[in-house]
Amino acid sequence: MNQPKLDLSPKVSDEVRKTTCYMCACRCGINVHLKDGKVAYIEGNRDHPVNQGVLCAKGSAGIMQVNAPSRLRKPLKRVGERGAGDFEEIEWDEALQIATDWLAPLRRDNPEKLAFFTGRDQSQSFTSFWAQNFGTPNYAAHGGFCSVNMAAGGIYTMGGAFWEFGQPDWDHTKLFMLFGVAEDHDSNPIKMGIGKIKKRGARIIGVNPIRTGYNAVADDWVGITPGTDGLFILSMIHCLMKAGRMDLQYLAQYTNAPVLVIDNPGAENHGLLWRDANGKELVIDRATGKPTPFDQPGVKPDLAATHVVDGKTYRPVFHHMAEMYLDDSYAPEAVADRCGIPAARIRTIAAELARTAFEEAFELDQEWTDFRGETHRTMVGRPVSFHAMRGISAHANGFQTCRALHTLQIILGTVEVPGGFRFKPPYPKPATAHPKPHCKVTPGAPLDGPHLGFVHGPDDLALKDDGSPARIDKAFTWENPMSAHGLMHMVISNAYAGDPYKIDVLFMYMANMSWNSSMNTRGVIDMLTDRDANGDYVIPKIIYSDAYSSEMVAYADLILPDTTYLERHDCISLLDRPICEADAAADAIRWPVIEPDRDVKGFQSMLCELGAKLDLPGFVNEDGSQKYADYGDYIVNHQRKPGIGPLAGFRGEKGDQAGRGEVNPDQLDKYIENGGFFVEHIPAGATYYKPWNKAYQDWAVGMGLYDSPQPYLFSLYAEPMRKFQLAAEGFGDRQPPDHLRDRIKATMSPLPIWYSSEEDNQAADFPITALTQRPMAMYHSWGSQNAWLRQLHGHNPLYLPTRLMRENNLADGDWAKVTSPHGEITVPVLEMAALNENTVWTWNAIGKRKGAWALEENAPEATRGFLLNHLIHELLPPKGDGLRWSNSDPITGQAAWFDLKVRIEKASAPAESKPGFAPIKSPVGHGPKNLTWKVGS
Amino acid sequence: MTTLPDKTDKKLGLVIDLDTCVGCHACVISCKGWNTENYGAPLSDQNAYGADNSGTFLNRVHSYEVQPDTGAAQLIHFPKSCLHCEDAPCVTVCPTGASYKRVEDGIVLVNESDCIGCGLCAWACPYGARELDQAAGVMKKCTLCVDRIYNENLPEEDRQPACVRTCPSNARHFGDLSDPDSDVSKLVAERGGMDLMPEQGTKPVNKYLPPRPKDTLPDTTEEFDILAPFLAPVAEEPKGFLGWLDKTLEKL
Repeated sequence: MNQPKLDLSPKVSDEVRKTTCYMCACRCGINVHLKDGKVAYIEGNRDHPVNQGVLCAKGSAGIMQVNAPSRLRKPLKRVGERGAGDFEEIEWDEALQIATDWLAPLRRDNPEKLAFFTGRDQSQSFTSFWAQNFGTPNYAAHGGFCSVNMAAGGIYTMGGAFWEFGQPDWDHTKLFMLFGVAEDHDSNPIKMGIGKIKKRGARIIGVNPIRTGYNAVADDWVGITPGTDGLFILSMIHCLMKAGRMDLQYLAQYTNAPVLVIDNPGAENHGLLWRDANGKELVIDRATGKPTPFDQPGVKPDLAATHVVDGKTYRPVFHHMAEMYLDDSYAPEAVADRCGIPAARIRTIAAELARTAFEEAFELDQEWTDFRGETHRTMVGRPVSFHAMRGISAHANGFQTCRALHTLQIILGTVEVPGGFRFKPPYPKPATAHPKPHCKVTPGAPLDGPHLGFVHGPDDLALKDDGSPARIDKAFTWENPMSAHGLMHMVISNAYAGDPYKIDVLFMYMANMSWNSSMNTRGVIDMLTDRDANGDYVIPKIIYSDAYSSEMVAYADLILPDTTYLERHDCISLLDRPICEADAAADAIRWPVIEPDRDVKGFQSMLCELGAKLDLPGFVNEDGSQKYADYGDYIVNHQRKPGIGPLAGFRGEKGDQAGRGEVNPDQLDKYIENGGFFVEHIPAGATYYKPWNKAYQDWAVGMGLYDSPQPYLFSLYAEPMRKFQLAAEGFGDRQPPDHLRDRIKATMSPLPIWYSSEEDNQAADFPITALTQRPMAMYHSWGSQNAWLRQLHGHNPLYLPTRLMRENNLADGDWAKVTSPHGEITVPVLEMAALNENTVWTWNAIGKRKGAWALEENAPEATRGFLLNHLIHELLPPKGDGLRWSNSDPITGQAAWFDLKVRIEKASAPAESKPGFAPIKSPVGHGPKNLTWKVGS
Repeated sequence: MTTLPDKTDKKLGLVIDLDTCVGCHACVISCKGWNTENYGAPLSDQNAYGADNSGTFLNRVHSYEVQPDTGAAQLIHFPKSCLHCEDAPCVTVCPTGASYKRVEDGIVLVNESDCIGCGLCAWACPYGARELDQAAGVMKKCTLCVDRIYNENLPEEDRQPACVRTCPSNARHFGDLSDPDSDVSKLVAERGGMDLMPEQGTKPVNKYLPPRPKDTLPDTTEEFDILAPFLAPVAEEPKGFLGWLDKTLEKL
């Protein structure tokens, strides 16, 4: 035998640089191996709190993303018609001068004429700061069409939601139930957690119409009818309440279940919480039988007592819950058909939740002291945890459904306890501790405060003096009062309609609005290119920044090319969307581990320069000179409040302070030395019961997360919603328009409810629900032009359940016409048995437009790939009342992507999927034919 | 014809947990990245940005639907790469001796300088685990990251195949399957690890851990009442519920 001699220890790389991935929103730590200054290999960083060494397909494919032929190379000025893709390359000086010439007059005369919206932006505390200094009220990121229901439903209920707000207690949970989670958010941590709990033999229950990904490995699968999750959850709440399977101690101590509700029908305070002169919610103390502020030392809040005084009745929230949820309309038998889940199965799952939470309860030997001053010898664990994502939130009933899910976990006593769901700093943080929205515009001056926030009643809406919407997206108006993330999906159609007003410049970043990031893609393309009677574009000027030649590039007048994620500074900040763990605060940076080989600028660095040219207060020194040389300079030197900056780590002169501390000029170097991130652990004794745990509250103040301790009660009963109902009933000065009164009364229930949007979407004629999800190997990654990843998912069939295949006489590879109330597409189909029988689905955003992303025009993404977006409109089908109702949640405005109803019929095979679009000219040419990638010799 | 060693000192291989694999393809791309840059010719891609794009991969994940006799259909994710068989037909069929099985650890490798790209080995492999690289014209296959697992330039904890190091759900395990006390051997014993297509007689070293039974929660029906007691009502009417509540709170 002649075995060749192998070099078993070849050199791996010249150098490893540690930074943060940006292939999706997960923000894992990565080791970038360099050879001859070029990226040779990317792997996960073992020390990093998010991924602990592992890395997903996207992360490892980053090398193809930083070298993608679709990268923009230089600023571009449109020279042809909008949409044609005719550009000339210009120098940065000229590009920034054009932007300044367009924007400076707006700022001087009417800042609201700028609409500045960012898509896959991970620097929102910076971009909102820029927009605030510009003075426009028209700023938001993409949350409104992503998962605002999830975020807002959680924050209004319990001061945090899933994903970056918190995580299951992977080390202790025994039953993990996930709802509507495609293969998405919290990509690697969820996979790691699933691996961890499977090793321990914990049970996983997946609730999803589609059994792929996490649902495929779940022990039990509930193939629910889309949009009925809320009803299923409320039915389980019915079962648990009826059986007395609740954590009454927890409900009494930590939630507003015992808080008294004013019973005063027909009056302006009916249904509000009873408060003392200091605004503190009142409960009946079981010890004294008297109304007492909830937070008094020694108080034993009573869940049962009704209080009558001066002929007025006050009943605890828990009474209202019992009245509502014990009703037989929530019995499993009453909801089973609608949910597509047999009644016995609903009972089984409710019983298993109860069994695990109460029969498998355990205690951690850890003393802690609550906010009332009572010391507990142990921490009681209830090993049931939940996770949910866009599947339940992207419906018109999504906000209430998210609230219902939190109600379920709260009555089981599983939030912030061992084995349950745990917050990650800076959460828990109740809605009342967040800013309110600000919209007061002053020409030539900054906005009066942050754009986005949480409303607590009609007084907080973003309305002008005449009652019209202050914002172009109509966020925080009667149409969607609690729209905490804005409504990016409405910006173009509102700007086009001049409703509520006309704008002059639309400025967007990483938002593919002329393709997969818009509902009604064709309609949006027309709005972007339409001209008025004078021959001018209806939306006069469009500035767009992106690193890649996305479909949106062709629709802008000025392109400001961004860098890739390995060529830039970024901060993953506690002021923004941090990467903390339940046991630690953490933040991280990106830094230029390679230098761009093109004439591009990091978007945020470019904004530092543009901000200075526009003389924005936060971006110039007193002498008028540019304040921040680039984004890295801002990250180190900007202070939001004295001692609090974008990065919490290595602050102070010596770099030894965490959270609060003076600016440290060497801060970025310290981060780089530390592997690109910073972690500060929460002390033992403070890691659970965080909203009520004195030790946690004190630690959080020390870290600068709050300025003073903020203990609070979970809001099973959401009083702000009742305030909007009262307005709709005619109380108060700020009144909704009459056509919205009934809807506000019906949907803004302060206790979670469920309602159907089937009628609005004409389900009688379009009985099938059509869904999308992104594959794990592409989720949230910016474009599928990646040479490696596109071999995994280069086109997307429409998956049909067996029943629909048979009924329509379809076989794999056949084509079907899919029709919605709004439009039709003709696409290839594939059978899938592990699928709800009234649901079809496809991978989202695989379909590309010819000419985009440097792909060849015959690429399968363009010939067989497709978008469901063509079937979805930003407005509901007309109801015949002369009004146009938006296709979104009436509470938050979240785009109701998953309410899409269709019907299906077999079609003869077309040459390409329909609708087809004319190719756009590529400003970057096309990619190379073949790749033999090796950077080392 | 090339001969196999009579015996190897170790049997290094992978244990892949089909109960835990979520089908994310992390292993596929991590493998592509490492092996493009390292052992032998890069894993090339054809029509990288066009139609009919294809490329060389040493590891791919397939998904299969399973329809049990009763109950809902299931989806199984199935990662597949060279199984480093003890009786590797790809080696014995090789006309040049390019394919060989290492005596010290049992890893099956291709010596690219001797490979003539005839494709016989790919034809002989019953698992479809070998791919002819279109650019280099040589046969590519899983090396078990032979240039990582002994690599003194890597920290010790990283001396494992790229696919194992990166797997987010910990569905991939690496070790010596000839040692009954190794972690991988214990896993195989505990979980009933299986050979892929044992009837082929190839004696694969890699093992698969089967998915656990699914959809096992019993229904809370009258006949089957293991869980039903957990939902026994405390009262039938709301009024009775409040009475129960008051009594229960007394006891707290």
